[in-house]
Amino acid sequence: MTDFDVIVVGGGPSGSMAAEAAVKGGAKTLLLEKDRDIGYPVRCGEGVGASGLKQFIEPDPQWIAATISKVRMRSPDNTKVDFGMKDAGYILHRRLFDYALANRAGQAGVEIQTRAYVDGLIVEDDAVKGVKYQYMGENKELTAKIVIAADGVESRVGRMARMRTATKLRDMDSGYQVTVGNVDIDQEMIDFFVGSNWAPGGYLWIFPKGNGMANIGLGVNGAFSKDFNAHDLTHKFLNEHFPKASILTSVCGGIPIAKTLKTITKNGIMLTGDAARMVNPVTGGGIITGMVGGRIAGEVAAAALQTGDLTPHGFKDYPARWQKAEGKTHDGLHRVANAIFDITDDKLNKMAHRLAKIPPDELSLMKIFTAVARQKPSILIDVTRAFAGV
Amino acid sequence: MILVKDNRCDFCGTCVAVCPVDAIELREADISIIHDTCIDCDICIWVCPIDVLSSDDKKEEVKHD
Repeated sequence: MTDFDVIVVGGGPSGSMAAEAAVKGGAKTLLLEKDRDIGYPVRCGEGVGASGLKQFIEPDPQWIAATISKVRMRSPDNTKVDFGMKDAGYILHRRLFDYALANRAGQAGVEIQTRAYVDGLIVEDDAVKGVKYQYMGENKELTAKIVIAADGVESRVGRMARMRTATKLRDMDSGYQVTVGNVDIDQEMIDFFVGSNWAPGGYLWIFPKGNGMANIGLGVNGAFSKDFNAHDLTHKFLNEHFPKASILTSVCGGIPIAKTLKTITKNGIMLTGDAARMVNPVTGGGIITGMVGGRIAGEVAAAALQTGDLTPHGFKDYPARWQKAEGKTHDGLHRVANAIFDITDDKLNKMAHRLAKIPPDELSLMKIFTAVARQKPSILIDVTRAFAGV
Repeated sequence: MILVKDNRCDFCGTCVAVCPVDAIELREADISIIHDTCIDCDICIWVCPIDVLSSDDKKEEVKHD
């Protein structure tokens, strides 16, 4: 007998979805969170697409900070390209959103414990059999048939199982974000700045958070991070664009813009969410995709408990379903990210000048891609591959 | 040797994610470098969004010798 059938490490959206799916599949499930709070601190721009979100939960005004209908992209010389969105977007209050997901998991029967810092795994016969963790200064152990590691960008639990989770510098954005008040922005618009002046290799975002507030953050690609510092660039931007902004929160964080890890299962363990690198390699968005991965992991874990095959063979539906749902697209988007990586500021400006002449309602993502392709024809192949999944 | 500046870390884990040898210990509000494991590749210094880490430059001294 084990203490639990499934132990999920990490109480973010991916972990909560995994735990909820496992318990609904009949598994006795425990969710461990290292911090004192589920959902805090928030290291996230908090943007999601409406249709993606609705697969999992009905939007609740309590945790929707702003509803988005417009996008603005700015080139390095600050030429604005505006366009509408087919699918509405939301900026969340992650603090409350993560709470809602964990609460729902709890209501479904998941046991939840905070302040539980996992610092080791119980391993027998090359299989993970549980976790070692610290709670209030005491060392504890719990056995489980399956551990699901949803421990975020650090992804240390996977390493404890000798899985390869270390991410290349080029596949990591070094991020910094402030939540500010007293800024006069369009609360229905997300605003992106591309080019080397604010976020070399990445982008800067302004996401509205309601009541005159916004998340303003940026990611510097790891390859440029030796010479450009995310914190310093963020503050430089604030001084130039929003000198009167009051800073209400400031956080930093890494954005893994890698392909999904090659191996996301091993005997007795599955990785999911940021820990498995299930983040969109172009946008850096990982909330919904992490929930997709988490739910599949939990469902497959519950099914594997029925068969008793707790090896990668027994878990094989997890990587297969993930690849079909998002993984293949991410592989293609990773190629797109590489293709647009070295487009110069000068070329970005030229593209923006051309696109800015097109009225926003006539501007589509396809037209933007066409403009990019003119500067860099090889990207067409990558984009086609991304969406055809080859 | 990688050094940690006092009272500066935000414990975001970005350095942990890129460390090729898993030489960084991080918990809710505590960070430390496992110097026996560390290979002084310095990428944690670069990727840190808020410049928490630095090197005591022993490597460069060796280079100049």
